[in-house]
Amino acid sequence: MSPAIGATLNRVDGRFKVRGESRYSAEVPVPNLTHAVVVNAKIASGRITAIDTSEAERAEGVLAVLTHRNLSPVATVPKLLPSLAGLAAPGQSFFPMQDETIHYAGQPVAIVVADTIERADHAGTLIRFEYAPTPATTLLDQARDQAYVPERIFGGLLPGHASRGDVAKALAEAEVCVDTTYRFAPNHHNPIEPSASTAVWEDADRLTVYDSTQGPNSVQFTLAELLGLPPISIRVVSHAVGGSFGSKAMVWHHPALAALAARHVGRPVRLVLTREQMFTSCGHREEQEQRITLAAGADGRITALRHHKLSLTSPFDDWAEPSLQSPSVAYTSPNYEGIYHLVRGNTITPTFTRAPGEATGMFALECAMDELAERIGVDPLELRLRNYSATDPESGKPWSSSGLTECYQRAAELFGWHGRDPRPRSRREGQWLIGTGMASALYPVTQPVNPQRARARLYNDGTAVVEAGVSEFGTGVFTAMTQVAADGLGIPVERVRFVGGSSDLPNVTAAVGSAGTSAVGSAVHLATTQLRDELIRRAVADDHSPLRGADPAAVQVRDGKMVLRDRPDVGETYADLMHRTFMPDVEVLGTWNPPPQDAGYGVHTFGAQMAEVAVDADLGVVRVRRMVGVFAPGRVLNRKTAHSQLMGGMLWGLGQALLEATRMDPRMGRWANASLGDYLVPVNADAPDVVVDTIEVHDEVVNPLGMKGVGEIGVVGVAAAIANAVHHATGRRQYELPITLEKLL
Amino acid sequence: MKSYEALRTAPNPDHAVVRGPGEVEVHLHVNGESRTAIIEPRVSLLDALRDRLELTGTKKGCNQGACGACTVWVDGRRVLSCLTLAITCENREVTTIEALSEGDTLHPMQQAFLDCDAFQCGYCTPGQIMSAVALLAEGHVGDDTEIGEWMSGNICRCAAYPHIRAAIRRVRDEGGPGDASR
Repeated sequence: MSPAIGATLNRVDGRFKVRGESRYSAEVPVPNLTHAVVVNAKIASGRITAIDTSEAERAEGVLAVLTHRNLSPVATVPKLLPSLAGLAAPGQSFFPMQDETIHYAGQPVAIVVADTIERADHAGTLIRFEYAPTPATTLLDQARDQAYVPERIFGGLLPGHASRGDVAKALAEAEVCVDTTYRFAPNHHNPIEPSASTAVWEDADRLTVYDSTQGPNSVQFTLAELLGLPPISIRVVSHAVGGSFGSKAMVWHHPALAALAARHVGRPVRLVLTREQMFTSCGHREEQEQRITLAAGADGRITALRHHKLSLTSPFDDWAEPSLQSPSVAYTSPNYEGIYHLVRGNTITPTFTRAPGEATGMFALECAMDELAERIGVDPLELRLRNYSATDPESGKPWSSSGLTECYQRAAELFGWHGRDPRPRSRREGQWLIGTGMASALYPVTQPVNPQRARARLYNDGTAVVEAGVSEFGTGVFTAMTQVAADGLGIPVERVRFVGGSSDLPNVTAAVGSAGTSAVGSAVHLATTQLRDELIRRAVADDHSPLRGADPAAVQVRDGKMVLRDRPDVGETYADLMHRTFMPDVEVLGTWNPPPQDAGYGVHTFGAQMAEVAVDADLGVVRVRRMVGVFAPGRVLNRKTAHSQLMGGMLWGLGQALLEATRMDPRMGRWANASLGDYLVPVNADAPDVVVDTIEVHDEVVNPLGMKGVGEIGVVGVAAAIANAVHHATGRRQYELPITLEKLL
Repeated sequence: MKSYEALRTAPNPDHAVVRGPGEVEVHLHVNGESRTAIIEPRVSLLDALRDRLELTGTKKGCNQGACGACTVWVDGRRVLSCLTLAITCENREVTTIEALSEGDTLHPMQQAFLDCDAFQCGYCTPGQIMSAVALLAEGHVGDDTEIGEWMSGNICRCAAYPHIRAAIRRVRDEGGPGDASR
């Protein structure tokens, strides 16, 4: 029996998905169901002065029209805390519909509940609001003079500024200096499944919510605080989630609004956000700019890195995606300064967007590195190697594992990097200017705080069910957990069923920060290996077992049979032992206590990105012709699903580079392109074939199986590789994302 | 079960009558079965399928005709069910993802999507597959450029696009006719 871990197993939920049988949160059959529609504020700042709901209330099929006047208030509004912390995790420290104040356009101001979705939708248009608007800030340019440096960002988890060495001195003494500013349009996640919550009150203190989320337990804990109920009163179920990319990583208002509406009408309520509402209801990547100052010697060795970020946050929270973290440790740099500057504006609190911070911060650093390479006449890859840091430059501690130089080398081979003519505009094919570019990829390994748990139960026929409260939103975690469990127990994957997606199951943190599979995987590994060891212990102690008296350490399990390692003919199956000793099943709860974040090592995931673009010499159209990404993500549980994660991440990077931008209309303070027709994401014709490879690194620090995560590292560096390739093709540096064609005319 | 080609060429009489705006009885023919729904004429085919007929395999991604997740066949042509009123589909044959498998045996395109890992979250997948099968019948699968172009009405935010093309190539190269009846 070859190990299941590392194999290319098809998705265990794939068969249901290709048949349309998976039940996403808005698809679970519920008797007596009603439909809720949220109505949103049309102004960005001010207050409601009058509401007329009479026409809406009279409309056919309407059961309730709720505004701040008649919605029962929430019990407490918990403070924003990233969901990886394992506690209540609201997306912002604000809950709407508690008073008449409007803080941002799209803020919920009413909920209509009706017997059909069409009637709820229509009645929502019949509510008349009068507003007293006040001036709104919705762009950085409107308030940059009011910027401040926050003490801490990111729910208090990260400092607002950090430094080492003497940056001013190093800059003054620099032989070469690159000083550039990069601007980033806001981005929206746009999973194809809009967020949906179906709330069912079984009685006054028993609530079930079917919710599309990255963390059922996060929703449970957040609802408990908002509704003033103990966690035992709330069950959150997430059978299948149609993508997230960070939009479902935190707990936004809709599950609580659905629960409050359902309590009000005394019937189950389904609340599905519209596509337009997905732009105002679950955060976004904030508008930002970043200034990078790189000081180096004539040989390209970096002597100082100064990295400042300015971004727009909400009135409620000091949120900035952590763009400075990975760049601060990417290269040796004895002198460093990183500062976040925030401007408060009339917006929902921004949130995690796939590779939150790394996608923008590494864009800035890696474009500046390309400029430095050009300035000193060194190959961009060689410049990275000269600045490679074998230890964490911040702490001086060794990396738990790296593999970065091997990633560079392998990517260069696969791409055909060496021998590249560095001169811009040196290659042309008819109308097309051809260029190549590269970048490093870094993503932090972030450890959960709370114990991670999974339960394994083996039945006496040799099949096992393994459970944990993780949800499946496309990462392949259910499949990977089936493999981890199979190897832990020593049985084939066909005899394992993994069950997740409910807050009633053993508690694991929300699957965020590329840490979901490693968190739950560690718990599943411990649960299943402890269960295996328990049965071996019983066998060697059993007078009727062929293994009686054997050293447990000398016993291994293959295909459900416990045998002596050096005498595989001696042994018995789990089933034989369990039947003989009247055991219907054996169950173990596995608990993984994550190591502290600072366990004596720098912990990061590394990779290398390369891209080739063709730019139409007259029209400025950019086509990405090919991309190569090589990553060192530690143990790969399933080559097939991991490849898809990395490939999808790289194509996200393509979207970030060339297409994705939410445009603010500052006159109204509203998004101008809140639809999938106007907010451009990559479509099939935009997406080239992508070469993905991995470098094996062994990591004994991060977790028992040495997993470092594949969900986000694929995004990081792609936009820089593409921008650097565009420069190579055209001779024009790119300082703003996305690189739309007018920037190349 | 009818083939995609046969469905395309089926007669589609159009009997225009004024009904509504209240709830009316709408008679649909979905996946070879007669189904009746009491709905207002403003109900989209998508909402009729998902909310009234419990055929939730067809997905609502944008409700604006931009993402393709709601792709079904009406009289053998792929349509966006979110932009189609259910009442206009009376006397037409509606085919959804639920009709593609033959019992437990997956349609070759479903099997190819599974084997090629042509999806991650799976939410756009039914629409992708309904388009992909139609693409074969329409003859738009000559090369990857053509497949990419003709599949660009179906957004996959997980960006499984290269694998979607691989799945379509595989069915094409195995001589699959894009035929729901295999």
